[in-house]
Amino acid sequence: MSELKKWYELPVGGLIIEPGSAVKYKTGSWRTFKPVLDRSKCNDCLICWIYCPDNSILVNDGKMVGFDYDHCKGCGICAEVCPDKAKAISMVLEHQ
Amino acid sequence: MKVMALTGNEAVAEAMRQINPDVVAAYPITPQTELMHKFAEFVADGLVDTEMVLVESEHSALSATVGASAAGVRAMTATSSQGLALMWEILYIAAGLRLPIVMAVVNRALSAPINIHGDHSDTMGARDSGWIQIFSENAQEAYDNTIIAVRVAEHPEVLLPVMVTMDGFIISHTMERVEVLDDEVVRNFIGEYNPRYKLLDVENPVTFGPLDLQDYYFEHKRAQAEAMENAYRFIKEVDEEFYKISGRRYQYVEPYEIDDADVVLISLGSTAGTIKDVVDNLRLKGMRVGALKIRLYRPFPRDEVIEYLSNASVIGVMDRAIAFGAPYGPVCLDVKSVLQGTKFSELPVVNYIYGLGGRDIRPGDIERIFIELDKVRISGEVPKSPRFIGVRGEEDYFEKVKRLVKN
Repeated sequence: MSELKKWYELPVGGLIIEPGSAVKYKTGSWRTFKPVLDRSKCNDCLICWIYCPDNSILVNDGKMVGFDYDHCKGCGICAEVCPDKAKAISMVLEHQ
Repeated sequence: MKVMALTGNEAVAEAMRQINPDVVAAYPITPQTELMHKFAEFVADGLVDTEMVLVESEHSALSATVGASAAGVRAMTATSSQGLALMWEILYIAAGLRLPIVMAVVNRALSAPINIHGDHSDTMGARDSGWIQIFSENAQEAYDNTIIAVRVAEHPEVLLPVMVTMDGFIISHTMERVEVLDDEVVRNFIGEYNPRYKLLDVENPVTFGPLDLQDYYFEHKRAQAEAMENAYRFIKEVDEEFYKISGRRYQYVEPYEIDDADVVLISLGSTAGTIKDVVDNLRLKGMRVGALKIRLYRPFPRDEVIEYLSNASVIGVMDRAIAFGAPYGPVCLDVKSVLQGTKFSELPVVNYIYGLGGRDIRPGDIERIFIELDKVRISGEVPKSPRFIGVRGEEDYFEKVKRLVKN
């Protein structure tokens, strides 16, 4: 995130006047658990990508390639929805 | 200009007709009902272009007004008492989002026990909500203040919601002579409303009310505090412009016979008119008494209060509300706090709580207050305050308690 602004530099009323700015607001530090991918078990079904509420599943060329740890809040939905046969995503304590 | 016979409610409805707001969302509550009743007639008769939204509660009334204002149009509402109480949550949102909403508040007591008559308990509770508060002494002032409020709220350096108040029934339902400006004069005075940010401006998308945590919330609140400071600075400019179109000059406070007054009584709203009459009578009897009416209550006119009290020997402060558990009523707390730390901090101040639930305050009551204050001036003995005026049992209660303790 860019340098924090002073009170008299801000738009009125707490408004956000720039669309799509949420990407600049890094929420990764909120995590207690983080998702970890076992690439060998993943079959790229992308159910995790559909369910992730924070657009934090990184996909390249139709393949699941990892997580956007700057924005993933560690909710664990991806691990939960990962099909039983695969179980390619596991949640581990953030600082392990 | 034309002269009309209007109640306070009708006078504000007339001002709203001339302002022609884009959206009005309201819910009826005594004594504000007549105001919206009248305005709804204007809508039904096609005299305004307003989208009138009839909602199911005051929480919704102010919410819809907030939505309309954020969308980018001029939006107004009106309420009283329990209605204002139900708007509580949204009061802070309107102020925090810096939406220039103008709301007429017809002052009424708060439940319980239920009472429909005038006192200041409702708006006094909202005094720290971030709204500008302008009190009106009569129907003319309610009309004028409503028009002035639009310009104040929308001032680009201010952008804060404004409550224009009048005392329930005493002003709202009393017919008076009101000078009404020409429609075109009002239209030119308030001008077009063209806010910088509009929720419905899809070419320039903005977000209203996003999450604001430890890193920025404080900065936004600091900016909001500064907006109140700006209001304190700029309202006088709007008042001056209003003088040019109306010939009526308003100040933050209105001094009356104050230059050589030993005893000054401070008040808000309709009581100020009664006090002025009493001042005239007592002056005929040779007492040097004066009055100070606070018209702009938020932001509090700190410099003006000090300026006009600088010649006084004793000050009385009238509060038509109780700040339960506080050492004084709300107006007295403000007056004492602005005097504190100045060379006037030793001035004796006596607080009078009066008129709750519409209890009449008569010239005789005010005369007794002035006489008591004059005794304070001579003896230097300041009675324990707040003093409750016009309530049965106050005269002998403390004697009775003393006796009980002895036995």
